[in-house]
Amino acid sequence: MYKILFSLFLSSPLLATELPESRQKELKNLLKHDCGSCHGLTLKGGLGPSLLAADLQNKSNEFLVDTIQNGRKGTAMPPWKPFLNKDETRWLVQLLKNQS
Amino acid sequence: MRFTYLFICLLYSQISLAELRGTGDLGLIIEREPAAVQIISTSTQTSLSHITGLGDLSHASVVYSRDARYAFIFGRDGGLSKIDLLKNKIDKRIIQAGNSIGGAISQDGKLIAVSNYQPGGVKVFSSETLELIADIPATYAPNKRSKVVGLVDAPGQKFIFSLFDANEIWILDLQEPQKPKIQKFSNIGKQPYDALLSPDGRYYIAGLFADNGLALLDLWSPEKGVKRILPDYGKQDEKLPVYKMPHLEGWAAAGNLMFIPAIGQHEVLVIEQSTWQLIKRIPVLGQPVFVMARPDGRQVWVNCAFPDNGNLQVIDVKDLSVKKHLQPGKAVLHMEFTPRGEHVWVSARDDNRVLIYDTQSFKEIKRLPAKKPSGIFFSSRAHKMGL
Repeated sequence: MYKILFSLFLSSPLLATELPESRQKELKNLLKHDCGSCHGLTLKGGLGPSLLAADLQNKSNEFLVDTIQNGRKGTAMPPWKPFLNKDETRWLVQLLKNQS
Repeated sequence: MRFTYLFICLLYSQISLAELRGTGDLGLIIEREPAAVQIISTSTQTSLSHITGLGDLSHASVVYSRDARYAFIFGRDGGLSKIDLLKNKIDKRIIQAGNSIGGAISQDGKLIAVSNYQPGGVKVFSSETLELIADIPATYAPNKRSKVVGLVDAPGQKFIFSLFDANEIWILDLQEPQKPKIQKFSNIGKQPYDALLSPDGRYYIAGLFADNGLALLDLWSPEKGVKRILPDYGKQDEKLPVYKMPHLEGWAAAGNLMFIPAIGQHEVLVIEQSTWQLIKRIPVLGQPVFVMARPDGRQVWVNCAFPDNGNLQVIDVKDLSVKKHLQPGKAVLHMEFTPRGEHVWVSARDDNRVLIYDTQSFKEIKRLPAKKPSGIFFSSRAHKMGL
């Protein structure tokens, strides 16, 4: 029962930032090392563009979530949908936009 | 008495120079996250020292001086660090660009070339002093500079590289370092992402991310231009997403066969070198990243991109099929063979370890702890072209 309540709580889009801590850790590792293989470990860009907060400010959250979920045609950006649900993607976008 | 003896030993160790040793069995393991390297010995299979303060080492690569004493590390942050393997320290370090991807050492060992993304181009330095000798911006249109990939050294004091954004291959001739000569080849195919040089220094081959086939330049006949090989490969197949770009720097040639990672397909391509025809597509467990031949050419080892990056597969060149499947750990990033291939060292990034395998029995021999290990580079690279 608690499990069901907990997963309902997780799936609520308003509370997208409330990911379990273990998953947050996994996502941070993914961001650093797997996104980092094209965007650089410090995310300042590589074959892919910079993901530093300052460079993302003029891009909408919807655009960024869509790019991560579905990739970008005509570029090397692949779709991450098989590995990240929408809440996790929103959480990553928030993390990127708020990094210092 | 004992005290005096100890004192003499201590005194002796202070005044004597470092123990005499060669460097032919040494190497470096890149530790990505602490931005450090370990100096290791392939003879004792141990870590000898640890050097920190090397900047951003994601996608770091290494070349060696021809005396194999110094390692040059190319960091993502544009850092170029010269490491003294005998003194276990950074000899020199400069930041030469904002964002770089790799480098090479010239035929005579005197020049180090670095390929940069930002600002796009190649910079050439003295291997002795790391002073700038030549700056070659990859300008392909007014105010437009391309990211440079696939930089290799070639015979005749040349460096060859590809322009990702401009679909070009350039030959940089530095026989007179103060007067660099450049030969350009355009429309070689869309988005060259990496390249390799055949071990004899004759063929330069660039992989194309957004086009079919590969771009081939015969350096014995550059006047014939760049030719497309395997132009029909993968035309009909749906491209699978690529979560990490394959690397082409390790030429996996065995006899007259060449083994290349397909892009957007979970296959290794076997190409016959005399005719440049595809003779086999070998299915593997994911997008291949490194496809590396054991030095004797009998086996080809393959790792894969995310999410299949826990796998390592071994192709037996005798019958061109996968003979062994290993699972060394989470996120297998790189493999490096000992100079004559009896062992292979494998980095498992997310398990924080490097594993050593016997390539004959496939038995694990040893594990070494390492923090987020990525590339492994042995000093035997000092005497190989195109690495």
